[in-house]
Amino acid sequence: MDVLFQNVRELVERAEQEGKLISEIMIEQEIAITGRSREEIMKQMDRNLTVMEEAVERGLQGVQSVTGLTGGDAVLLQKYIASGKSLAGDLLLDAVSKAVATNEVNAAMGTICATPTAGSAGVVPGTLFAIQHKLNPTREQMINFLFTSGAFGFVVANNASISGAAGGCQAEVGSAAGMAAAAIVEMAGGTPQQCAEGFAITLKNMLGLVCDPVAGLVEVPCVKRNAMGASNAIVAADMALAGITSRIPCDEVIGAMYRIGESMNPDLKETARGGLAATPTGKALAAKIFGGAVVQGQ
Amino acid sequence: MKFTSVFDIIGPVMIGPSSSHTAGAARIGRVARDLFGRQPKWAKIYLYGSFAETYRGHGTDVAIVGGLLDYDTYDERIKTAFEDAEKADLSFEFIPEEAHKEHPNTTRIVMGDDEGEMSVEGISIGGGKIEISEVNGFKLRLTGGMPAILVVHDDRAGCIANVANCLAMHNVNIGHMEVSRIERGLTALMVIEVDQNIEDRVLQQISYIPHITKVSRINN
Repeated sequence: MDVLFQNVRELVERAEQEGKLISEIMIEQEIAITGRSREEIMKQMDRNLTVMEEAVERGLQGVQSVTGLTGGDAVLLQKYIASGKSLAGDLLLDAVSKAVATNEVNAAMGTICATPTAGSAGVVPGTLFAIQHKLNPTREQMINFLFTSGAFGFVVANNASISGAAGGCQAEVGSAAGMAAAAIVEMAGGTPQQCAEGFAITLKNMLGLVCDPVAGLVEVPCVKRNAMGASNAIVAADMALAGITSRIPCDEVIGAMYRIGESMNPDLKETARGGLAATPTGKALAAKIFGGAVVQGQ
Repeated sequence: MKFTSVFDIIGPVMIGPSSSHTAGAARIGRVARDLFGRQPKWAKIYLYGSFAETYRGHGTDVAIVGGLLDYDTYDERIKTAFEDAEKADLSFEFIPEEAHKEHPNTTRIVMGDDEGEMSVEGISIGGGKIEISEVNGFKLRLTGGMPAILVVHDDRAGCIANVANCLAMHNVNIGHMEVSRIERGLTALMVIEVDQNIEDRVLQQISYIPHITKVSRINN
């Protein structure tokens, strides 16, 4: 199989030596591995981008999950931004609200595009559709944003994990946030190495994050974790663009994430037995939702 | 490498809420149906690890049943799969197990109808990606991402060559192949990943080869 990169170092080296964007290396690898045409591949990613746009749009109109645990927060944030009182800044909160919008639609069993998973599907589109207003990218550049995210996610998925059940939330929202940071850096004109720094800085700050969904539902705390993943990604991208580097190389951060996931107690890996799921309120919510049939192991 | 395509990472397009517990589960159900060759009349669905703990919250149950009804990950009908199953004359039962499997998101689907039975074990490895780890007691590794044929046969010399010849005659290229057997001289299984979808007539011809007991396929 013609793999062009197995880790971030190889990805960055190839991009810098050939004077190409990371998104371009990802597209070339996809062509090499699948034998599909560039046009076909771009078209499929374009469709995925459209699904993401529609999910955000739907979320911003306000949705509620079946359980009522989540929904409506994206709308609250947009109203707050419109009030002009935002402390964090409009761009950051716009990203947060669009990340939340996507995950609220996901929790309501709506249609979304997993990036890299459904539980972490808000971060990448949330950041993309917020920085869009600042950087005014072409449609092709927006599609490339997803390929750059995909390139980093590809490395994480093959060298560590993108599954909360296997590696905790650091593997899901942590990976998604790193992917988004790298793609933001590229869209803002940063170098491939700066993309890697953005990824590393983000993931370092999400290491150890456990997966502890209340009642086993992808709602609490997943929706708000996407919010923080999006803000983490934008801040880390700005740090990388400012010239700040990660003392621990990107691939080693990914390796650390994998080992932390391996040593994480199974109660904290998507089993709904520990963390927030095991709090008195978490347990009460689970009992209420399942009509007394309490989730096991509490 | 478990993940080969960028669309394993940016994708799939799916009905929420969980890529591993909803989309992956639907895919396992759908591949199981493909391997069985038709919609089963009944299914016993065993769940392990995180699947067993959180299947109701994640819609793992409706997703697997949806898969057995041939629904894809983005099919809105997943939400009504239970009602649809009743109309389609498919009865099902979920059995959460305490035993631990190698991977936390594992399910074993035992299904059948008046003509036969089959057991398929699948794991959801993250982001909607799956692997089939066991079929009728045979250990194997199948991603469902490529078209494949599974051939159950007597463990005799020449069987593998005959099947390979038949594929060559139809210009079907083999990408990856695995053979395994439960015990020497008894029943064996060939798992053959191929580059293109397999037509009915190829499947039929393979089934006519001596010592071949069963042939099934996964098309893409």
